[in-house]
Amino acid sequence: MHRGKGMKFVGDSRVPAERKPNVPKDYSEYPGKTEAFWPNFLLREWMVGAVFLIGFLVLTVAHPAPLERVADPTDSGYIPLPDWYFLFLYQLLKYEFAAGQYTVIGAVVIPGVAFGALLLVPWLDSGKERRPLKRPIASGLMLLGVASIIFLTWESVDDHDWEAAAQQGEIVEGVEVDESAEGYEIYQSQESCIGCHGGDMLGGAAGPNIFESDYDTEEVMEIIQNGLGEMPGGQFEGSDEELETLAAFIANDGQDPDNGNGGGDDEDNNEENEED
Amino acid sequence: MLQKLYDWVDERLDITPMWRDIADHEVPEHVNPAHHFSAFVYCFGGLTFFVVVIQILSGMFLTMYYVPDIIHAYESVYYLQNEVTHGMIVRGMHHWGASLVIVMMFLHTLRVFFTGSYKKPRELNWVVGVLLFFVILGLGFTGYLLPWDMKAYFATVVGLEIAESAPVIGGFARTLLAGGELIGAQTLARFFAIHVFFLPGALLGLLGAHFYMIRKQGISGPL
Repeated sequence: MHRGKGMKFVGDSRVPAERKPNVPKDYSEYPGKTEAFWPNFLLREWMVGAVFLIGFLVLTVAHPAPLERVADPTDSGYIPLPDWYFLFLYQLLKYEFAAGQYTVIGAVVIPGVAFGALLLVPWLDSGKERRPLKRPIASGLMLLGVASIIFLTWESVDDHDWEAAAQQGEIVEGVEVDESAEGYEIYQSQESCIGCHGGDMLGGAAGPNIFESDYDTEEVMEIIQNGLGEMPGGQFEGSDEELETLAAFIANDGQDPDNGNGGGDDEDNNEENEED
Repeated sequence: MLQKLYDWVDERLDITPMWRDIADHEVPEHVNPAHHFSAFVYCFGGLTFFVVVIQILSGMFLTMYYVPDIIHAYESVYYLQNEVTHGMIVRGMHHWGASLVIVMMFLHTLRVFFTGSYKKPRELNWVVGVLLFFVILGLGFTGYLLPWDMKAYFATVVGLEIAESAPVIGGFARTLLAGGELIGAQTLARFFAIHVFFLPGALLGLLGAHFYMIRKQGISGPL
């Protein structure tokens, strides 16, 4: 490039007026079968990218992204699970040497050492040799790390109750409670029921949604009288007829059983938290 | 016409050298799958970037509908998933892309490791790459909360518990991420900000450094 005296610029800018010819370099002089990135290799890359993108789109259409029911921070019975790429870390914290009073080992020390070593690999393995078989310690440690991640992920997947997980997160169709039913009136007169299960019968701070478990009339009566899990029995105030009407109303998913539109067999039931 | 346009810009800004720096470089035989099929392992880095681009684009479209507050977050995702035209596909791309970018990045890391490509003079590029790894894991962690469904919420509760168990900085880190004692409205707002502004900013900066270094140094030679 022309420098110094006699150099011309575009206007008063610092851009030289003299143009460089826009001809790609000749890579045939380079060793082996070197080719130019632009446009030869890029076109091939685009083809690979297009095939990749089609496969990716097929995946997204075949498997829609999952969505569970809206977050309910009060549901303490929910078994949590992080996304799959954190499972190895999550599993590590389940082992005795890394849990309880040793949590700091599983949560900080082991991952810290592993990822710290990964960050400092160029200085831990500073020899000139590049072939993996010629530096067995570095390669061995990396293989060990990869194997542990795969093992821990596998164990975590194996440990997890996937059916319960799918059920506990399912979106529950809103129950339309028949507010004109006799059973509904009886429910509204029971302060002890409302206290835990809420005025709308759909659960509250202490009790689950009344309709999420599948019981028949007899079983509902039994539970109201004798309690279940944390739920105390003998709280019902009223006659036996009223109790039966309420139980039938609950067993029929909030519809008046005399109207004939039955419930009680729907598949949308949630995990039966009452039994935990 | 295009040539004229190019010349017009080039006369004023002298863009030919920049164009050369970006596009005009050689592809050696040992990384070209057209010559040695086993060289497909050298594609993992490019594919990681490709999926990152998909993530950025699909994420930009998701924010057109997503509302980052605890009252509307779930509803907006539900609407996006079930009502918006092709919303299911855009959300699906972002959801599966998140997993794919981690798989691809993992494979790319292994390729670089086992070909010893991090050795002198490429140490700094390796360090930047590992930092990118952390940023992308952070994007995965913060993005998981945003749909505000059961699995999102409780995964975050567990994640923050783990963060809290760290000595000295644990409590501080948890408060910084959760925005207070409760995991709730503040947490969602913070995770949204981190997921959409802080980490993508770091990601783009680090990617720029990653690409600048690979172009400056060239790809490592054959084993």
